[in-house]
Amino acid sequence: MKTVMGIINLQEENKLIRELTDRRAVESLPFAGRYRLIDFTLSSMVNSGIQNVGVMLPDKPRSVLDHLRSGKDWDLARRHDGLFYLPAPHDEAVAARKGDLKNFYHNLDFFEHSSQKYVLLTSGSFVYNVDFSQLLRFHQNTDADITMVYYTSTHETPGRNVVIETAENGLVEDISEKQAVYDGSKVAMSVYLMEKRIFAEMVRYTFEHGGQDLLMDGIIRRASEYNIYACEHDGYVAHVDSTTAFYRANMDLLEPENWEELFMGRNSIYTKVKDEVPVQYKETADVRNSLIANGCEIRGEVENSILFRGVKIAKGVKVKNSIIMQRCDIQEGALIENVICDKNVVITKDKWLKGAPTYPLIVTKNVVI
Amino acid sequence: MRKTECLAMILAGGQGSRLGALTKKIAKPAVPFGGKYRIIDFPLSNCANSGIDKVGVLTQYRPLELHNYLASGSAWDLDKSDGGVFILPPYAREKGADWYQGTADAIYQNLNFIDLADPEYVLILSGDHIYTMDYSWMLESHKMNKAEATIGVFEVPWDEAPRFGIMNTDKTGRILEFEEKPAKPKSNLASMGIYIFNKSYLKKYLEEDAKDETSAHDFGKNIIPKMLADQGRLYSYAFDGYWKDVGTIESLWQANMDLLQDKPPFELNGDWKIYSSNQPFPPHYIGKEAKIKKAMVSEGSMILGEVENSIIFPGVRIGKGAKVTNSVIMPSTVIADGAVVDYAIVAQNCEIAEGAKVTGELGAITVVAEGETVEAAASGKQAG
Repeated sequence: MKTVMGIINLQEENKLIRELTDRRAVESLPFAGRYRLIDFTLSSMVNSGIQNVGVMLPDKPRSVLDHLRSGKDWDLARRHDGLFYLPAPHDEAVAARKGDLKNFYHNLDFFEHSSQKYVLLTSGSFVYNVDFSQLLRFHQNTDADITMVYYTSTHETPGRNVVIETAENGLVEDISEKQAVYDGSKVAMSVYLMEKRIFAEMVRYTFEHGGQDLLMDGIIRRASEYNIYACEHDGYVAHVDSTTAFYRANMDLLEPENWEELFMGRNSIYTKVKDEVPVQYKETADVRNSLIANGCEIRGEVENSILFRGVKIAKGVKVKNSIIMQRCDIQEGALIENVICDKNVVITKDKWLKGAPTYPLIVTKNVVI
Repeated sequence: MRKTECLAMILAGGQGSRLGALTKKIAKPAVPFGGKYRIIDFPLSNCANSGIDKVGVLTQYRPLELHNYLASGSAWDLDKSDGGVFILPPYAREKGADWYQGTADAIYQNLNFIDLADPEYVLILSGDHIYTMDYSWMLESHKMNKAEATIGVFEVPWDEAPRFGIMNTDKTGRILEFEEKPAKPKSNLASMGIYIFNKSYLKKYLEEDAKDETSAHDFGKNIIPKMLADQGRLYSYAFDGYWKDVGTIESLWQANMDLLQDKPPFELNGDWKIYSSNQPFPPHYIGKEAKIKKAMVSEGSMILGEVENSIIFPGVRIGKGAKVTNSVIMPSTVIADGAVVDYAIVAQNCEIAEGAKVTGELGAITVVAEGETVEAAASGKQAG
């Protein structure tokens, strides 16, 4: 995998998840108690042996930069290669164009100057733990121009997704963007492997001919020009593209099989280390079916919930079916059900908060209720 | 190296034979403590938080795991280009190799390292105490007293004083007399094994001591008494926080249990962070039928059974119907379905099989050594 460089595209638009992404990119959304979404793609790359990763910065880059820093927590602070940040273009003629393609075009020299032969193009809004080295082997065996990864959906979900149809040997016969996926749909996981030569030509040609969106204009529209294959991933996967999807993906991890597969296998998921103490359960604690991150202090009742680092649950509190992010403080007698509390929220004494099971109530960052 | 004001030297070579089964494979400072830490995290984090960024760690007994754990020192923010953690094992010279003969000899053998760092002061710490302390205040007091040596002391209950090295001081804190384990103590100020010396003063005494063939080359037994006999300016520095020697199974167990108090004896989650080398584990999972109270649980664990009054380290599995009470379960150990663990310390990578029982009692804590499997048939009360 030393011949592959990784790119994580953090330029996704996400109108469906606005409350939580007001001040941060989707990819830096806190997830599963201690992670940010981008950790899954980045860790998968590192575990697969990729040592050169370019991160295409989003428009609100602070939380991503603060999270990744030198890349040390992913072992990417290296003398050669390692982690690179790819900023958006600044010269007006290019910056005025729409879409994410201009960012790739602007950073073409970074790709071309890297020593790797292949490019692995990904997005940072998927939750998975994939070994990409198998993808490279598949790519070389099929002699494809582009190899992509998909999963087979088991239920109907709304939301924009790239759906493909494949022949038995994995040859992609159709690729299109749909507004919903159905049971049995083959859904792309935004993972594309190709030779750098093909990638650079794709970016340059498409951009110079008026294209805006790498996926839409570079791949989907020009699909017939390429020999595209697809590889199925049969492990856990979630695309966090809406608040409901975010909530559901978190709750999925309360299934021990998912937790086990995603985190406890041969390949770990890395994240920024915070040196929190182990969770302190006090005399009055009562916790069931929950995921609890270090640094929490629990005196109340917690059920079917996910507590991020450093959350305080006071005596007499009941938390159910909720996601409580970093450093929230839930004070005595509060009742919380079907709620997502963003970072640093304080719920004062005896307040009751309840959302619908299918539509959680969101409390935004730093709010005191 | 740039000149340093204060160099810390951590004595981490002790075998810790009183910890028995727990130190069969690892040195005492590497023994896990408090749900995610190792004992040496405490002096190292104290150094990092006190602004001491050059730390020599003297290792000797079973150093592999300790060296591996310390690595570059980055976990404690001690991976500096001009400083950080220096691992100092015994090494061979022209005339052959020597093990460290005692605490003073260990420092003596590294005098060339101390000369290289060229500090004003040398802070000597041991790797087997649990406490959080700002050494910079102790250094301030050392300077204010114009002392040649300052010894950290801790008030112990009078009836326990005969177990410690006791300092008799005057009103200003100047040490008049030092008695090792006195039958009739005149004071209850026990030495914590924390010393600050002026470097040149220390060097002179270490060199003299090295020539003395009758000496045990120990700070408490030889160096300090000699300094006092020479009327040296030795001062005490009283520490009134939580301090625990975890040299025995019972004290290690008790120090772990102390963390479970409703208000732990020292701030765990405050500004004074205890750093440790973190493994990439997810938040722990508490199952649908689990019962958990008065416990500390770390990342990567899965708890399906019952846990009370216990400390659970990372990556531990506690199966359905299993019951863990009054115990310490170290990393990656499996307590299978229906197993019972009470008043025990179970070391790393053990397996307590389905239905097996490991039970001790207060004052006779049962220990399961690293990597062992306890089967249901062979279970019952085991020797501590």
